[in-house]
Amino acid sequence: MSEINSDRDTFPKLLEHHAKVRGDRPALREKDLGIWQTWTWRDYADEVRALACGLAGQGFKRGDHLAVVGDNRPRLYAAMCAAQCLGGIATPLYQDAVAAEMAFPIQNAEIEHALVEDQEQVDKLLEILPKCPTLKHIYYDDPRGLRHYGQRELMGYEKLLEIGRESLRRDAAFLETEIAKGAGGDTAAMFFTSGTTGTPKGVVLTHAALIDRAKAAAEMEHLTDTDVVLAYLPPAWIGQNIFSYAQPLVSGYSICCPESAETVMSDMREIGPTYYFGPPRVFEALLTQVTIRMEDASRAKRWLYRRFMDLAQRVGGALLDGKPVGAVDRLLYRVGDLLLYGPLRNVLGMSRVRIAYTAGEAIGPDLFRFYRSIGINLKQLYGSTETSVFVCIQPDGQVKADTVGPAVKGVELRFTPERELLIRSPGLFKEYYKNPQATMEAKDPQGWFHTGDAGFVDADGHLKIIDRVKDVGRLSDGTLFAPKYLENKLKFFPYIKEAVAFGHSRDRVCAFINMDMEAVGNWAEKRNLPYAGYVDLASRDEVYDLIRECVEKVNADLSAEPELAGSQIQRFLVLHKELDPDDGELTRTRKVRRGHIADRYASLVDALYAGAATVHVEAQVRYEDGRTGTVSADVKVRDAKVFPPAAVRKAA
Amino acid sequence: MQESELPEGRLREAARSSRIGAPILAVEGVSLSFGGVRALADVSFDVREHEIRAIIGPNGAGKSSMLNVINGVYHPQQGTIRYLGRTHHDMDSHEVAQSGIARTFQNLALFKGMTVLENIMTGRTLKMRSSLLLQALRIGPALREEIEHRTVVENIIDFLEIQAYRKTPVGRLPYGLQKRVDLARALAMEPRVLLLDEPMAGMNVEEKQDMCRFILDVNDQFGTTIVLIEHDMSVVMDISDRVVVLDYGKKIGDGTPDEVRANQAVIEAYLGVSH
Repeated sequence: MSEINSDRDTFPKLLEHHAKVRGDRPALREKDLGIWQTWTWRDYADEVRALACGLAGQGFKRGDHLAVVGDNRPRLYAAMCAAQCLGGIATPLYQDAVAAEMAFPIQNAEIEHALVEDQEQVDKLLEILPKCPTLKHIYYDDPRGLRHYGQRELMGYEKLLEIGRESLRRDAAFLETEIAKGAGGDTAAMFFTSGTTGTPKGVVLTHAALIDRAKAAAEMEHLTDTDVVLAYLPPAWIGQNIFSYAQPLVSGYSICCPESAETVMSDMREIGPTYYFGPPRVFEALLTQVTIRMEDASRAKRWLYRRFMDLAQRVGGALLDGKPVGAVDRLLYRVGDLLLYGPLRNVLGMSRVRIAYTAGEAIGPDLFRFYRSIGINLKQLYGSTETSVFVCIQPDGQVKADTVGPAVKGVELRFTPERELLIRSPGLFKEYYKNPQATMEAKDPQGWFHTGDAGFVDADGHLKIIDRVKDVGRLSDGTLFAPKYLENKLKFFPYIKEAVAFGHSRDRVCAFINMDMEAVGNWAEKRNLPYAGYVDLASRDEVYDLIRECVEKVNADLSAEPELAGSQIQRFLVLHKELDPDDGELTRTRKVRRGHIADRYASLVDALYAGAATVHVEAQVRYEDGRTGTVSADVKVRDAKVFPPAAVRKAA
Repeated sequence: MQESELPEGRLREAARSSRIGAPILAVEGVSLSFGGVRALADVSFDVREHEIRAIIGPNGAGKSSMLNVINGVYHPQQGTIRYLGRTHHDMDSHEVAQSGIARTFQNLALFKGMTVLENIMTGRTLKMRSSLLLQALRIGPALREEIEHRTVVENIIDFLEIQAYRKTPVGRLPYGLQKRVDLARALAMEPRVLLLDEPMAGMNVEEKQDMCRFILDVNDQFGTTIVLIEHDMSVVMDISDRVVVLDYGKKIGDGTPDEVRANQAVIEAYLGVSH
């Protein structure tokens, strides 16, 4: 267990420490009105102090939860820390959740105070106000559009700050005592899990747990206060929060908040982060963009790209790992770096990236290799909300595409006979809020956390995750069926955005495919293929042929792996709508909710197995403003070619 | 608590109607013809400060001509325009712009090769004081002035949520966004009265909703009086305070959206009458 200084055992104390030690260094940057505005550590601490006093003046007490709803904004991070100054619990909520989804966390944590970004969030909270009688105070950062809102619950951020500054002038000692009262064992934050199953659960994390894990990872990666992170994912997800709140407070590095969600790419190029984190889908989207743009490039450039990417695939990863590479290849790679890899890293905004992580889901091996081959130190890590993220990290020089690395200092791993992974670490959560039943199921009396993931530790001590324990299934003839493995293989194709594979207890494997509108649309345009919209394009025979080629390539791949050759995809269909978290088909972190999809599209699943050529489907969709409508379509079902197992010794 | 049970729309309406002031623009007995064609015949109406005033009518009703008259592009043969108490019937468009009336165009008149930022900056032309030479050299007062103008423009970019396209040439943007840039340029003049010529034409439903929200926000935030021409009845009825209906150059209705909707002459003009 890494040691924690007793005068730096909570986040507010860490903030005070940085304000003293590196007061003039940047802590937070935000692009506002086209210019990057900087908050130094001293500014950050001043803002937090005033805000904390403001909250105290409004009746915020020790042990209260402060709901924080909005995008990555310095003020919202300051609010989290302000709540913690008073011994309160920061509770970030997903800013893109619809109003109804917000009601549960607010009722569950009996939230009285909420600090939100703008009118959009205020409207949502006002909508659920009748259902949330505890909610008494709503503070908003951006006053735009709120001028005529007369509700008593509302107060502007500036006003709150003013109240705080006033009381800080009157009594400066109050806050210092409050901060000093805090201890490492206090609850720091509560994150609601995205709820792949059932209602969300509030995961209670202490200062000690978060600080310990953030510190262990920072030590391992040698983070310093010169590192820079771009905060662009939902702050309610611990995967973002640990990198943009907990770890900067531990290491003293600075974070940057992009101007808006649409400008992330260009903001990233301007900032040039050194430390980067993204779930696989982000890396996938970036690669899709690169691939599309390369397809539009001139023939000479395409040729150059292909040649050098082949070289990079061969030696790039090895060079990054410091393995021996021939002199000619080394020289050629140097040329490639000048002509292609360097500019490409620059376009991706990753020229200065020293460490990049991906987590949240398994990453396709080809996708993973692509980034490493062009010289970006992309590594996998394993963790969850319940473990304060850092459980396993791939150390530099020991990066393998199919594992998530060895356990980070302080973590113990164990497996049940069903291959379920158990974890014990100082970073474990305290409990699920007001849910002792769930806490007991997840954490046994010896302190082992049951992850629900199936995996094993390989010969080098690296953890390898195959799938969720409950998802790993078998076909009716006993063949192993790992749906996520198949889906990830499919999703590597730029034309496929999501895939859902079915096969447990059935005689064969079938799949739903969700095409990538951008990539397929571009492809169709180049072929002069007219289409009216998503539904129309998805039902085109040409698109089906395109997708079938992808499925068959996956099948060919699978046929080479003796254990999985029996789970090749025999039939598939292209869904008529994009899977969407608003319709409950994906979680807020965009993981496929397999069970829900199978229920919702039962008629489609039946058609896959019954052998029908087309099927009519009607589905309810929820628009961003909360209204609902229906989409109906005739969906075609097609067969894909299955390859005989390549190995002579057929799986028995 | 009672307030929070009111839908947002009604709250807004109530708050806004209390803000609407005295008439600042009045059109009195305006007639306009091009040779034998009578575009406008004896049209009168007024626009109050801070309100959203719509002019609607079927194709060829004379809506754009009406706007061009207010704007000073056309000079009516009869009638007068009273703006801020001053009467005029032959101001040219430059003078009108200087007096605080800005407009957008139905068929977009943006500089396609210039970036979004540059296009919006052109909206500040009337406010630039330093000489062309100083501006070209970007020295001294010209530089200070440019920074001031840029601040105003950045605020508008932020307001209309087009930060992602700041440096993109306008010609490469989709139509809905070009319309937004057009609005941004008009706003850069910091107008008192904003004339919008079919701001929603050719847009899909989502783009229309966005534009409605921006129009309401502009009116709310800056207190700008808005005169709006629109073809799409449903949109107009949702956001306007008062509506004028033109048909073949004549005013056939004037009043709140509800009154206009119930007006028999309007229904006939839009839906036709069986003879």
